[in-house]
Amino acid sequence: MKRPQRRVALGSLIGAGLLLTACGSDTGGSPSSSTNPGGAGITCSSGSLTAAGSTAQQNAMAQWIKDYLNKCSGANINYGGGGSGQGVQQFTDGKVDFAGSDFPLAAGAEQQGADARCKAGPAINIPMVGGPIAVGYNVPGVTKPLNLSASNLAKIFTGKITKWNDGAIAQDNPGVALPALGIQTFHRSDGSGTTYNFTNYLAHDAKADWTFGADKNWTAPGGQGAKGSQGVAQGVKSTAGGIGYFELSFATQSQIPYAAVGNAEGKFVSLTQDNAVKFLSYAKVAGTGSDLKLDFDYATTDASAYPNLLVTYEIVCSKGNPADKIPLLKNFLGYAASPAGQQELPAQGYISLPDNLRQQVQQAVNSLG
Amino acid sequence: MDEPESAKISMTRSSEAVPSPAGQPPKTNGAQSKDMRGRPRRRADAIFRMLVQGSGVVLLVIMAAIAVFLILQAIPALKADTTNFLTTLNWAPDSTPSSFGIAALAFGSLLTSLLALVMSVPVAVGVALAISHYAPRWLAGPLAYVVDLLAAVPSVVFGLWGLIYLVPSIIGPSKFLSTYFGFIPLFETNGTYGKSVFAASVVLAVMIIPIIAAISREIFVQTPRDHIEAAWAIGATKWEMVRTAILPYGRSGVVSATVLGFGRAIGETIAVALVLSANYEISLHILQPGGNTIAANIANRYGEAGGIGRGALIASGLVLFVITLIVNFGARAIVRRGEREGA
Repeated sequence: MKRPQRRVALGSLIGAGLLLTACGSDTGGSPSSSTNPGGAGITCSSGSLTAAGSTAQQNAMAQWIKDYLNKCSGANINYGGGGSGQGVQQFTDGKVDFAGSDFPLAAGAEQQGADARCKAGPAINIPMVGGPIAVGYNVPGVTKPLNLSASNLAKIFTGKITKWNDGAIAQDNPGVALPALGIQTFHRSDGSGTTYNFTNYLAHDAKADWTFGADKNWTAPGGQGAKGSQGVAQGVKSTAGGIGYFELSFATQSQIPYAAVGNAEGKFVSLTQDNAVKFLSYAKVAGTGSDLKLDFDYATTDASAYPNLLVTYEIVCSKGNPADKIPLLKNFLGYAASPAGQQELPAQGYISLPDNLRQQVQQAVNSLG
Repeated sequence: MDEPESAKISMTRSSEAVPSPAGQPPKTNGAQSKDMRGRPRRRADAIFRMLVQGSGVVLLVIMAAIAVFLILQAIPALKADTTNFLTTLNWAPDSTPSSFGIAALAFGSLLTSLLALVMSVPVAVGVALAISHYAPRWLAGPLAYVVDLLAAVPSVVFGLWGLIYLVPSIIGPSKFLSTYFGFIPLFETNGTYGKSVFAASVVLAVMIIPIIAAISREIFVQTPRDHIEAAWAIGATKWEMVRTAILPYGRSGVVSATVLGFGRAIGETIAVALVLSANYEISLHILQPGGNTIAANIANRYGEAGGIGRGALIASGLVLFVITLIVNFGARAIVRRGEREGA
């Protein structure tokens, strides 16, 4: 009696472990086959690096680490998820060599804490991975991609537009037969860079209708919360009339149609790799020196720039890294910022950095000491 | 759970005069160097006593250490909170100015757990009785085994089941309740259904049934044969026998089992975080999306929390700790009163 019971319990525990790891990833799917089997752009050094933080970039990191370790047997690199806040905390405590974060270090206590850890130079933000955010919906009978302006999105997500056949939506979608179906919005119940960037887009391009600012926690009333992009996508998928926001890879994985969203001028931009990279190329560097903290140009009127995306950073000491770690740190991040490294991204559901930005990133990595 | 009276006495130190819990005259034992049967104490006894007492002390030290840790970590955040921690319906510790409060979370924790108990205790006691006194032997064994097995299913599995299966399929029953019983505030809705307190409570109820059933069964099985025979002898039907012999004997055990189930329900993290649509309102409308619990909020907010955010979450953990302590003491009081009345 005792024995089989224990074996079953163990089996289900292992199962739970697998499920949990599956839940932790923010972009879904495991690293797929490499586009860089020869290891182009990789310079080897030995040693070990530990990093932690943003789950949004976890799959990108996993792929880069795999590529790097394939070629360089003397190196050991670990990237643990846990969330951006966790990563920054561990970086400040000196427990990791760099942190992944969906947000640049906040001026004030957070920046000062990180600087204090680095001692010799400030801690800097290096953008490394871009992620397009899809606005997915479940409207039975609608086959053509919907056009949703920023203002309409703000009204939908604050409960001011409640039916799919509302005049404001119909006006932007001529020729589409919209059903008289109630709208059910889904948002993230956990803190997330995805929420921050989606609300940041609304706060800029729908100023009048979105009064909740940009926040990593959902603050608007109404709607249903779900844990992780996986949860939001699942909610939209299983609810007729549902709408939610999540990284593009979840929309493609679950075959959820997604909208062309309105830019600052009210033009509709569909979500493609090119359109997202275009928007990122307009971003301005707000940091000084090798700090490449970005400000998105939400005011752009370019109708081929998709304005709803996130960028995730590596937070690292500009100076004051331990001497034995510097070569590996520079070579590994250098590979991530190389053309070959960036080419790995689209297959994982991310976007590559535009070339102007990528070169700045590479310079910043080279200047680490 | 509850040892027979003789076991309780033998576990107390033989040299001391301990009044027995049932209020019988205190029993004293002989000289200090003798054990209960009058033999001289052996060294092994002393060592064993030290080990046992040591374990007890270690447990107390761990509890105290957890409390101290929680308090130390929580203080800076509580100082930074510009609003009342006990009454604020909001959770924005990392904003400037920092503002967060436990009210909605504590309310949600208690509401989901209580609803779960209301749903699970009758079922669990029924399952326990069925296994101990109703089912034929060939069925009782496997049934007990399945119940034990359910207790070993990890909570994330229940959570995924809740999210993927229960939430969509509970909409129908929710609509029914709201349409025909909507005059009861509990069943009022705003017209939307889905990730509700009701759904989370059902998941929790399913999770705690096996614990409550397994412990209750153990107690029911121990009902003294002569209590049962006595009931039969005065012509009781089976139901009357259960009511007069088994349930009174098992009452304190069922209460203990319920407290354990409550502990699991109120501390449950991932299953609730997956199923509930988190918000920070106090609402009795259990059928519409909303609700939040302390544990689920920690799971949702920890990853992206900043320094003060982390402290705030730990402060909420402290509240959960205190609630659990209070509930435990309360349940113990009930058990003790029950014993006194039953004696």
